Amino acid sequence: MAQAAVLAVCVCFTVGATDSGSRVNDLSHQMMCTCGCAQILGECNHVGCPASGPMMEELRAAVAGGASDHQILGSFAAKYGATVLAAPTTQGFDLVGWIAPFAVFLAALLGTMLLVRRWKMDPEAARAATATAEAANLDPAAKALRERIRRETGTDGGV
Amino acid sequence: MAAFGSFALIVALALAAYNLFAGSVALRLLATGQPARISPERLADTARRAGIGGFYAVTAAAFALVWAVFTNDFSITYILEHSNRALPIQYKFAALWSGQEGSLLLWAWLLGTYGFVLRLTHKTDVKLFAYAGTILAAIQVFFLAILNFAAPPFSVFRGAIPEDGNGLNPLLQYPEMVIHPPMLYLGYVGFSVPFAFALGALMMRYPGEKWIKVTRSWTLVTWLFLSGGICLGMHWAYAVLGWGGYWSWDPVESASFMPWLTGTAFLHSVIMQEKKGMMKSWNVWLIFTTFLLTMLGTLLTRAGLVSSVHAFAQSSIGSWFVWFMCIVAAVCIFTYILQRDHLKGEHKLESLVSRESSFLFNNLVLLTVCFVILWGTMFPVLSEYVQGSKVTMGAPWYNRVAVPIGLFLLFLTGVGPLLPWRATSLRSIRRNFVAPSIALLVTVGACIAFGVRPWVEGQFDQGHFYALVAFALCAAVFVAIVSEFLRGAAVISKQTGRNLLAATWLLTRRNMRRYGGYVVHIGVVIILVGLAGAAFNLSEEKEMALHERLNIGNYSLECQGFTQDSNLNYNSEYAMLDVYRGGKRILQMTPEKRVYLASGQPQTMVAIHSTVFWDLYVVYEGTNSTTGQPIIKAIINPLVSWIWAGFLILFLGTLAALAPSLSPATAALRVPARTGASQPALKGGD
Repeated sequence: MAQAAVLAVCVCFTVGATDSGSRVNDLSHQMMCTCGCAQILGECNHVGCPASGPMMEELRAAVAGGASDHQILGSFAAKYGATVLAAPTTQGFDLVGWIAPFAVFLAALLGTMLLVRRWKMDPEAARAATATAEAANLDPAAKALRERIRRETGTDGGV
Repeated sequence: MAAFGSFALIVALALAAYNLFAGSVALRLLATGQPARISPERLADTARRAGIGGFYAVTAAAFALVWAVFTNDFSITYILEHSNRALPIQYKFAALWSGQEGSLLLWAWLLGTYGFVLRLTHKTDVKLFAYAGTILAAIQVFFLAILNFAAPPFSVFRGAIPEDGNGLNPLLQYPEMVIHPPMLYLGYVGFSVPFAFALGALMMRYPGEKWIKVTRSWTLVTWLFLSGGICLGMHWAYAVLGWGGYWSWDPVESASFMPWLTGTAFLHSVIMQEKKGMMKSWNVWLIFTTFLLTMLGTLLTRAGLVSSVHAFAQSSIGSWFVWFMCIVAAVCIFTYILQRDHLKGEHKLESLVSRESSFLFNNLVLLTVCFVILWGTMFPVLSEYVQGSKVTMGAPWYNRVAVPIGLFLLFLTGVGPLLPWRATSLRSIRRNFVAPSIALLVTVGACIAFGVRPWVEGQFDQGHFYALVAFALCAAVFVAIVSEFLRGAAVISKQTGRNLLAATWLLTRRNMRRYGGYVVHIGVVIILVGLAGAAFNLSEEKEMALHERLNIGNYSLECQGFTQDSNLNYNSEYAMLDVYRGGKRILQMTPEKRVYLASGQPQTMVAIHSTVFWDLYVVYEGTNSTTGQPIIKAIINPLVSWIWAGFLILFLGTLAALAPSLSPATAALRVPARTGASQPALKGGD
């Protein structure tokens, strides 16, 4: 319990931190280290990295100089190339990178809904099919016991 | 030993080729009924025996390579490049998969082992297993051809043989690296078996659904290994790479996750086929896709298509994999078109809100997540092709795109089991959803009270928002699953007079598959709670003089000095940090930096202090060249141990799902799955 309380305190500490240190931290997590280690700039720690130290200094200087996030990211992209940004921009072909997953998700969602509608039986036919199947295959005692199980477990069977 | 290993590989290739050729001829003769000089059954049996012989040959080759590592046979180039005399014994095994040629040999050996087990158990269904064995032989021919002609592991070093080798990659010199790659490979290679069964069953127009039961068991075993491989990989990244996280969306990490997702989708949708005769084509394609994704993962690792931390295995054999994937895809499409009428099923739903619908949506979301990851992995290549420059698809992109869809999947994980088969009444919705809804609302309230708020001074905080939604959904799903157990246990308790715990145990034993599956879901929920904890990480970095303190969270780290050490394998320097909490010294941590003598490569060794609610993670980042003082980075990672605990529960649940049930819960009430008009058209034979 004590640990849970301390965790909550930690959480509270992290909420609301919006000073320049926090901005540097946020921005450094939106960029990649350029040494080839494929790590986020703010998380690159490999021994003797020639890139992350100077880049972090540059970032701190830019934040201290009052530049906006957009300006800082733009200047880094101009200097180090587009791959320095940890995510594509929202312009030009890069936008496709953002839109395609959601477009596919929505199309698949719509397709599944249409499929479910298409597969859905007429309610009368469904009831008749169920009744016929049950009547044909269950004796009255088993039917009663099955109804009881369904009533008590609230489901129609297992996975 | 090099000559022996090379000879064993040639023999293995010859046997696999015979298995493929004789097996194909025999199955063709059986299918067409044409008269032949030799009985097709006998021919098929010689093919099977050749497959078993091939396993022994590949085993001999793998043994030769391991023997060469242990005897420091640096006349073999592979051993020279991946081992050295001072390498500890446990890591000598790791040399087998530390490079291109060795890892391909491991792949071929594991495939041979799976094939060996399959061929020994052929009496389960001789004809189906003959088809599957022949398809496995075709895959084995491909890998053995690479090993013999493109990436030979026994190539001999030309020139004067050096006294010592270059050593093992330092990243691999960690205990989990002795388990993680084989486990992952068992998962990757294992999907060849369900693929072989699915393709074989389709080729022979297998009558009935028995093949799906066989395939499901193999898939579950493979899925278990892949889950284990992913878990160990995450833990290795966390403990070795030293950046404080466990998942960086590296393309090769993603490549292992994609077949896991499609395999998971198959394990769910196959229930629809077994219970309702639905989704037959879908299931076949899920298995085909899963196998192709395992190949894509291997291609990504080796072809250098995308930059990755797994670059140590890169080479020029990518084109082999591209061609192989094209051939496999062509065979799958051709067979499907030829036999698709065999896969016609009953597609009838009684209600839009039912277990059946939830399975459909579950599959949709799993496949969408898989597409998102594939898109994120391949988009840099596409971008370079279209606009001439690569872009990076890093964690920020995945957090914004994959996480919302993943949360929707979590929602379905909770909703699905609460919906009955066929149709759902308003009454059952009310009854089943009350407790989870209450849990959701209570969790939202508690989180907000403790400061997990998606808004900070009027600004939206994405991390906290996702964490809030994840915690709330996890609570709801957990309550939903527990209520499923309790509802069934209450009935048994009432009938048998057992206490609730004993009744729950009996309930689980009676339907291991169903309740094992629920335990897996609980494991996933706990993993997601752990992942959501990442939103609250704290991090501090400081250059520390003697007795200076670094404060983070409720910990205080005091530097007691730093020192150096060395052994035959590496030199190391490490800091000694006393850790205080609440003013009381609780332990000393020694984060370390090593420089391996053979390769000259540096490596970080992180010090981790784990508790139930958070990890204190300390990295020795090196020394300031001016002051000579150590630079220490400390991170508080909340709830990380929940991830490992969740995986453990997931493994136990999967093992439970694999175990046979005690007896059918309602044996006397069995209703035939299909009756009368709903009986699908099953055509036997060829």
